[in-house]
This record gives sequence, structure tokens and C-alpha cells, in this order.
Amino acid sequence: MRLILAFVLALLLNACAGPQLRGTGDLGLVIERASGHVTLVNTTARQPYARIAGLGDLSHASAVYSRDGRYAYIFGRDGGLTKVDLLAEKIVKRVIQSGNAIGGSISQDGRIVVAQNYAPGGIKAFDAETLELLAEVPAEYAPGQFSKVVGLADVPGNKFAYALFDGGEIWVTDFSNPRAPTTRRYPAGQQPYDGLVTPDGRHYMAGLFGEDGVALLDLWQPEKGARKILENYGRGQEKLPVFKMPHLRGWSVAQGKAYLPAIGRHEVLVVDVATWQEVGRIPVRGQPVFVMARPDGRQVWVNFAFPDNGRIDVIDTPSGKVVHRMDPGKGILHMEFAPRGENVWLSARDDNKVVIYDTENFARIGEIPAASPSGIFFTSRATRIGF
Amino acid sequence: MSASNFVFGLFLLSTAALGLVRPAIAGEPAPARQKELVHLVRQDCGSCHGMTLNGGLGPALLPETLRDKPVEGLVATIYYGRPGTPMPPWKQFMSEAEAAWIVDKLMTKFPQ
Ligand code: HEC
Repeated sequence: MRLILAFVLALLLNACAGPQLRGTGDLGLVIERASGHVTLVNTTARQPYARIAGLGDLSHASAVYSRDGRYAYIFGRDGGLTKVDLLAEKIVKRVIQSGNAIGGSISQDGRIVVAQNYAPGGIKAFDAETLELLAEVPAEYAPGQFSKVVGLADVPGNKFAYALFDGGEIWVTDFSNPRAPTTRRYPAGQQPYDGLVTPDGRHYMAGLFGEDGVALLDLWQPEKGARKILENYGRGQEKLPVFKMPHLRGWSVAQGKAYLPAIGRHEVLVVDVATWQEVGRIPVRGQPVFVMARPDGRQVWVNFAFPDNGRIDVIDTPSGKVVHRMDPGKGILHMEFAPRGENVWLSARDDNKVVIYDTENFARIGEIPAASPSGIFFTSRATRIGF
Repeated sequence: MSASNFVFGLFLLSTAALGLVRPAIAGEPAPARQKELVHLVRQDCGSCHGMTLNGGLGPALLPETLRDKPVEGLVATIYYGRPGTPMPPWKQFMSEAEAAWIVDKLMTKFPQ
């Protein structure tokens, strides 16, 4: 009997001493833009669990995840690409890949990480495992002329779609052969400022700054080229000044409709995704920046450009009306829903915290300190096209 | 001489003294306002020009890159914006003198 007890005890001790196993499905990170830190968070506990330093200039940083959700690839403004292990809570690898970057994406098969760069304009592909450079596609749209690249999105077939701000084109680069990519070009319109791919991976849209409208490319029929939708949504009216460019990534398609920020007007545009016709516009309290659907599509949350960046408007999709307005903090830069949407995390840059709200009753249910927080990225992005 | 007059006199003296040390920029904003403007430039201009002003969608705003550009043109760019480009006008949020102060700081060394 004694022996058996001792044996059981030993087993128990052993179990304690071994590594604690855990999954990654409820983890995430918060970018702390001013100080080059990321804070790792747990969305079940709604608490931070680690803080990592040394990521360089993180203003306008974004992150994508390996498909197992363990590694985050963080793209910094200074061209830094950092691979962070969310379980070991450390930086695994860091390279400076360009002078001035704006974001990145990960391929369908999870093997290639692509960065989009302003200077020198173009995209670069890296081995997701080692961050070794695989290929480069300069955005040379005319001899000797390079464009800033915006709106990079992963699309099926190990391809990436993106838009050229200066070149006015949508490019689709195929990385089936990672070291020898091939690129197709589609005229899009004046000054595309950002892009998105629909949740099914079929349509790529680029919002235009230089004219009213959105360029739409059907990736199932690319030979038809990009066409313009929402043309003249401003109807010739004078545009309001735009103090921050809207972000299309974090698209909202809900109930068969896409919700998009208007440029230069305080409205969210509603488009029927079957016909691509405008079916409505919803007045909101500022120039929308992010227009994001709760994962179930019942609500769409909107934040705003300076000087209205302390506000959030919540649209109820069945009625198409703003049902809740709030002022959750100063400098609300980003929002991220819990994987199934029961709560939403908002970064309040000038309050130095992340605030967490219940999306059903809009009650504040928690907050996390963070220095000048901007982007919030949860591992649930790992399995979504375009994230 | 009342106490408040005395304090005012001291204030005048000290500003005069400052004026001697370095040429005063017409209408240099008050310190609290300077802090607000620095925050505005780093954070809100930073969304296009980069928080470190190294450039983004908009060009870098560093002494090296601005050196050869006429000051009045830069001040006007900030105050009135540049139509046809994403550079918006900031006149609702600052005076022309404040825009000039920002250009002066951008061309020398922009505070953290
Ligand atoms: C929405 C994006 C955006 C924001 C916000 C923005 N700018 Fe700009 N800015 C630009 C772009 C784009 C240009 C280049 C315009 C062109 O093509 O001529 C520019 C040009 C400039 C220039 C002229 C630079 C040169 O080399 O000629 C100055 C100075 C400037 N901006 C200052 C500011 C300041 C100060 C702020 C904040 C108060 C600010 N900008 C906010 C986009 C922006």
C-alpha cells in the first residue's frame, strides 16, 4: 500500500514538474506603439500575461499569426519584422527588411510571410520558419517609378493581392513557386489607399482616395479586370478633410452586405455583395477609420479619425441604424473582438490602456494597462482569409 | 506698486531676457500649448508621416528632407493642406503662427 502511494505521489510530482501544456486559441497581443513593446494577453482571463521589449518603431504596426497560433509576425514602421513566440513569451527572430513598412500578411499554406513596403516600394517574401528572404517584387509601375504599396491581403492559391497608391493599380502575385513569384497587374483608379479581401477569398477591393469609388477585382475571374463600384458616392459634394486614412482590413461583411468607410464624409456605406450596388449609407459621428463586424455579423463597430477619435458608434445590422454611441477613452485606435464576439477590446492610446466591453449590454468589463496602445491582434486571426 | 503689478513686471523682464538670449519667434505658443502641438504632430500627423517623422504615406518631415524647401510653403501646406493629395488642412486646429512654430521645430529638432 505504502509503495503504491509513493508511486502515485511520484507520478503527481512528475506531472507538476513537466511542461504545462496549453493551446493558443485564446491568446493575443497588444502593440505598444511608442515604446517598442508588445503585451501578450489572454482573452479568457482578460488579463496580460507577459510583456516583450525590443521591437523597434511600432507606430502603425500590425501582426499576423502562424496557422497554429503560436507565432506572431509583427511588422513595424521601421521595416522590422519580428517573430514572437506566444507560448515561450519571447522574440524568436527579428530582421530589418526595409526602410519603411506598412504591414504584412501570411500565405494560405502558412509558409510564406510577406511584408508590404512604402520605401523602397514593393513587397518582400520571407520563409515563415526562418525569416530568410525568398523573393522581392518591386512596385515599379513605370520605368524607374516605384509606388507605395497598400492593402496587402493573402488570397487563395498562395497568392497575395495589393494596391499601388502612386501607380493606381491592383497587383496579384502568385507565390506557388516562392522564389520565383509571378505578378499580374490590373488598372484600379486614382490613389488606392487600402484594400481588403472578402471572407470567402473571392473578391479583392481597393478603396480609392483620389476619386469616389472602390475598385473591385473578382479573383475567380481576374481576366475581367478590376471594375469600379460605389462610383460617385460623394455625388460631387465637397469632401470633408480626412485627418487619418481609413483602414479596410478588418472588413465587415455581414448578412450579405459589406460595410465600408466613406472617404471625406461622415458615413458608412452599405453595399449588397450579390450585386455590388450601394443599398444604404449610415450617418456616423466622424470620418470612419475601422468599420468592423462582430463575428456573428449582428453589429458593426466604427471608430473615427482625429479629432473624433474618442468615439465609437455601434450599428445594428438588421435595422441599419446606430444603436449605441459611446466615448470610451482618448485616442481609440483599434478594436478587436473576442473570437466569438462576446466582448470587444479597444485601445485607448492617450489613456494608456486597453478597455474591454461586453458587446451585448455595452458595459465596461475590464481594462489592461499598456503604453500608448495601438493594434490589438488575437490568434483567432490565424485561420481567417485576409487576416 | 501692487504685488500683482510687481509679478507682471517680473514676467515682462523675464520674457525680455529670453528675447535677448535667442530671437523670439513671433507668437511662440505657451508651453502647455507647445506640448499639445508636439503630441498632435507625433501622434496625429504621425499616422501619415510616421511617429518618428521618417515618412509613411506622407513624406519624411526631417531637417534633412525639409532643409531646401521654402518655409512659407511648408507653413501653408500645414495650414491649408494640399488639395489632390491626402495632406489635409489643419486650420481648424491651429493658428498660422502655430503652424510656423511646427515648421521651425521640424526644420531644427522636433521635441519628443
Ligand atoms: C492623412 C495623411 C496625412 C496627415 C494626417 C498629415 N499629412 Fe502632411 N502630408 C501628407 C501627404 C500625402 C503629403 C505629400 C503631399 C504631396 O504629395 O505633395 C504631405 C505633406 C506635408 C508637408 C510638406 C512636406 C514636403 O516635403 O513638401 C508637410 C510640412 C506636412 N505634410 C506636415 C504635416 C503636419 C504638421 C501634419 C499634422 C498637423 C500632417 N502633415 C498630417 C499626408 C498627411
